[in-house]
Amino acid sequence: MTGSPYNLHVRYATPQIMRQLMLALLPAIGAHVWLFGPGILVGLLLCSLFAVGFETLVLLMRGQPLGFYLRDNTALVTAWLLALSMPTLAPWWLYLLGAFFAIVVAKHLYGGLGQNLFNPAMVAYAVLIVSFPIQMTQWAAPAQLAAHVPSLAEAFDLVFAGQGALSPDAYTSATPLDHLKTQLRTGTPMPKVMGQPLYGQVGGSGGEVVALMFLLGGAYLLGRRLITWHIPVAFLAAVAVTASLLQWHDPAQHAGALFHLASGGAMLGAFFIATDPVTAASTPKGKLLYAAGAGCLTVIIRAFGNFPDGVAFAILLMNIAAPLIDVYTQPRVFGTGGGKP
Amino acid sequence: MLTAILVMALGGLLLGGVLGWASVRYRVEDDPLVEKIDAILPQTQCGQCGFPGCKPYAEAISKGEADINRCPPGGEDGVKRLAELLGVDPKPLGEGLEHKPKSVAVIDENLCIGCTLCIQACPVDAIVGAAKQMHVIVADQCTGCELCLSPCPVECIHMEVVHEDVATWKWRYPVYTLHPTRPH
Amino acid sequence: MTRPLYRFHGGVHPAEHKAESSGRPIATMPLLPRYAVPLRQHIGNPALPIVKAGDRVLKGQAIGQADGYVSTAIHAPTSGTVLGIEAQAVPHPSGLPDLCIVIESDGEDRAVDYQPLDWQHLDPSALRNRIRDLGLAGLGGAVFPSYIKLNPGAAQKIPTLILNGAECEPWITCDDRLMRERAEGILRGAAAMQAMLHADEIIVGIEDNKPEAAAALQAAAQQLGLAVEVALAPTLYPSGGGKQLTYLLTGKETPAGGLSTDIGVQVFNIGTAYSLYRAIEFGEPMISRIVTVTGHVGQPQNFEVRIGTPVADLIRQAGGELAGASGRLIGGPMMGFDLRNDAAPTTKAVNCVIVKSPALFPAAPPAMPCIRCGECARACPALLQPFELYWYARARDFGKAQGYRLFDCIECGCCSHVCPSHIPLVDFFRFAKDEVWAREREKEASEQARRRHEFHQFRLEREKQEKADKLAAKAVDRLKTVETGAADPEAERKKAILQAAIERAQKAKADITPKNVEGLPPEIEQEIADIDARRAKLRETAHAKDEDSE
Repeated sequence: MTGSPYNLHVRYATPQIMRQLMLALLPAIGAHVWLFGPGILVGLLLCSLFAVGFETLVLLMRGQPLGFYLRDNTALVTAWLLALSMPTLAPWWLYLLGAFFAIVVAKHLYGGLGQNLFNPAMVAYAVLIVSFPIQMTQWAAPAQLAAHVPSLAEAFDLVFAGQGALSPDAYTSATPLDHLKTQLRTGTPMPKVMGQPLYGQVGGSGGEVVALMFLLGGAYLLGRRLITWHIPVAFLAAVAVTASLLQWHDPAQHAGALFHLASGGAMLGAFFIATDPVTAASTPKGKLLYAAGAGCLTVIIRAFGNFPDGVAFAILLMNIAAPLIDVYTQPRVFGTGGGKP
Repeated sequence: MLTAILVMALGGLLLGGVLGWASVRYRVEDDPLVEKIDAILPQTQCGQCGFPGCKPYAEAISKGEADINRCPPGGEDGVKRLAELLGVDPKPLGEGLEHKPKSVAVIDENLCIGCTLCIQACPVDAIVGAAKQMHVIVADQCTGCELCLSPCPVECIHMEVVHEDVATWKWRYPVYTLHPTRPH
Repeated sequence: MTRPLYRFHGGVHPAEHKAESSGRPIATMPLLPRYAVPLRQHIGNPALPIVKAGDRVLKGQAIGQADGYVSTAIHAPTSGTVLGIEAQAVPHPSGLPDLCIVIESDGEDRAVDYQPLDWQHLDPSALRNRIRDLGLAGLGGAVFPSYIKLNPGAAQKIPTLILNGAECEPWITCDDRLMRERAEGILRGAAAMQAMLHADEIIVGIEDNKPEAAAALQAAAQQLGLAVEVALAPTLYPSGGGKQLTYLLTGKETPAGGLSTDIGVQVFNIGTAYSLYRAIEFGEPMISRIVTVTGHVGQPQNFEVRIGTPVADLIRQAGGELAGASGRLIGGPMMGFDLRNDAAPTTKAVNCVIVKSPALFPAAPPAMPCIRCGECARACPALLQPFELYWYARARDFGKAQGYRLFDCIECGCCSHVCPSHIPLVDFFRFAKDEVWAREREKEASEQARRRHEFHQFRLEREKQEKADKLAAKAVDRLKTVETGAADPEAERKKAILQAAIERAQKAKADITPKNVEGLPPEIEQEIADIDARRAKLRETAHAKDEDSE
């Protein structure tokens, strides 16, 4: 028997929240197509297909209502976030593996929607980058730098049939974060690295615009009150502060706050991944702590780790801490101390 | 090599000492296990477990002489809580034991001959009356142990299931559909 | 001066649906042939019936008296005959029947001679007892006996008296209409409350969607020359919750698990103030209240309804259910409950009857898993984390749920209202609370059983001990008489037997330990049989009796 309340008023039901999230990703996808070529669309399409396929399979195996759960769009959101974190034009099986780890391992083995401890897209990314470091670091070069920008048809060929006639050097490059790291290791001074064409105004050429579009999408989510300000603000602030501190300590070895904010997955992580409510801390204070931790770790992993980007590992590490953070940041309940605000 | 072994041994000794000191210094004064088990048992005193009351059963469990699934009034829930307390796996109620809904004994006033046998049988003194006077069971204090049923020479005692009323009614565990009832 | 308002956390703004019923004046229900007055109308003990089947009663005559502290009297809604005290449908979420005094109307509606209360001169305690006997209870929802709340307590003073006219639940307009039409009575009642509580100020809290009511109260206050502050609060559910309204108007938080009087505030519903006015000015007991009948009915309206009126009659009076009605709600849509049987009578708690239709109250969409989005926490006026509570309530981990302050939940329904996954959160909290209460009761019962069992055993031991003492004394006695007699074989035999009996008694005495109840060795048992063949046949208890009677 269910009791009151008898009238429900839901601004966005869970499936609609997911749809809004996807909507907010569109500007960044558009910018990506414009600046890096249409390759990303292949990744998005494949990830979506594989993710929904695995979701269907697992739902069937678990004997859960198919149509109902497929309509919630959560598999699609995971797929898109994964595709946006992975290099464009990766081989098709990489997407398949990614979708498998995201949907089957990270989501359903933990109990399905709402039960997973770790962000599925980030788990998949982490597994892939550890297992296939080469494939996972060959990113599409910005269109204006690439010798050749693969068309959509060519992109399909590349993903399914491998490189064929095209040399990878023609259309891929390291990401600015990766590039910076290797350059600095070889002793190239910071200003000289930054002067190279791979870099744009503040971050990577092209990438910085995509990051800006993620910011725009995030602003939309904030405006719609689908996320609260706590996580993105704390995340980005922590990235900026940590990066600034490192730069102040050793300007020759560390890029500044703006570069870190505009590069890699910082913006995507701040607005779309760290804010995943299932795996994030949920109290207001907890969110600040959680996101600040993730931002801080992101820069530290970027600066001292061996991987090109630290967002995924930072978020996964904080995912572990989220339940504990929640326990220690429970807000004051009405009528327990306090008084006039 | 020797230094390493010495260092490790020293470290182990030191840590062990600290732990030992802490366990003595910060010992938590606990209820004895029997009390904890007894607190979970429903205190029906019915003897269905084969022991003359809840406390003897609790003692037997704590000594490992009795299984945790011998208490029908406690039901599966009771077994589960005992299992949790003792850190063992819960199991279904023992052979031939079954959990019945909470009942109380009622004396048929027309048949009672006032023999006092039920009064002597009641483990919680919930029956009032005197020789050759009609007996009455205080429903609030009756544990439903059924021990008064067999001594009655005229079989005037029967068990009545306690039905829930407005005062004791509980909200049920919410059951709601996960399947769409209509397109959303 | 306008009072600063303190916005409480959370809250929701459901569709108001007030206009349906607020436009029409309060109508009076015609006299009905039958009324059923439930004995249990509030928390605490149900009233104790003081009439029996066949009794003639007059309108306003007490038919049940307060039983214990948290209890009040109930009264006959009209004159007539008591048909009986029987279990029948009552407005309760369980749908279970409960005891009601059923009265058949004689059509005369003759009232007892009402005696106005000389409240200004009556001893405060006597006055409160009179108020209890007039059956006054809070009409806002909790139906707490008013006489208890009118006690200023040890401090002899409750500085702030708040009249709750917020009426934040959608659909309900009974308080709105009462304030518009009977503002003066409300304020006269409030003045009496103020005097009884020695309050410094009276604040009336009204949501700003009821400007007419506020204006009426202001005008009445001016006319009466009563210092009353009418505060218009922004319309936001649940501003009518006692704790929320108190915070809204004073900025003080009622301590968790405490009462508003702990912070010097007492809150009454405006309907209660009006009833108090009727009680003290006219000596009228609480036999009626205003009830909103609305929703999918012909003519939504407020009625002055005698306590005990069947809901079906009430709905009929409001134009009846329209085609396609899909059920009835008692109370508002946020905190009310489904009425299973419309034969159930109204009580002091029933402030609204809503007839549902699929269009007005669509079935809840299927629930999805919780994604911890936190919407519920943002809506919770008690500052709880409902999704955490849900997690533990669902897993039946009540200890953890209490750790997340389950019992600070006021069941306002805001969390369920906003949940994107349509999870019936409040249902889980109600379930968990009831389960905790039930376990508490069970624990108490088993604790009592344990104590009684321990005493039972102690008593058996004591009796055994007493018996053994007696036995020993007797044996010594007899040994003496035998020793003085001749030394024939018969006496020798007796002597030996008695010697054994003494030993046995001493041994029995020594053997008595808490667990060794029946510790007689078999050879002594045998000897008992030798002495008295009867003994062996009888039970131990029976033989104790024989021993005594010898």
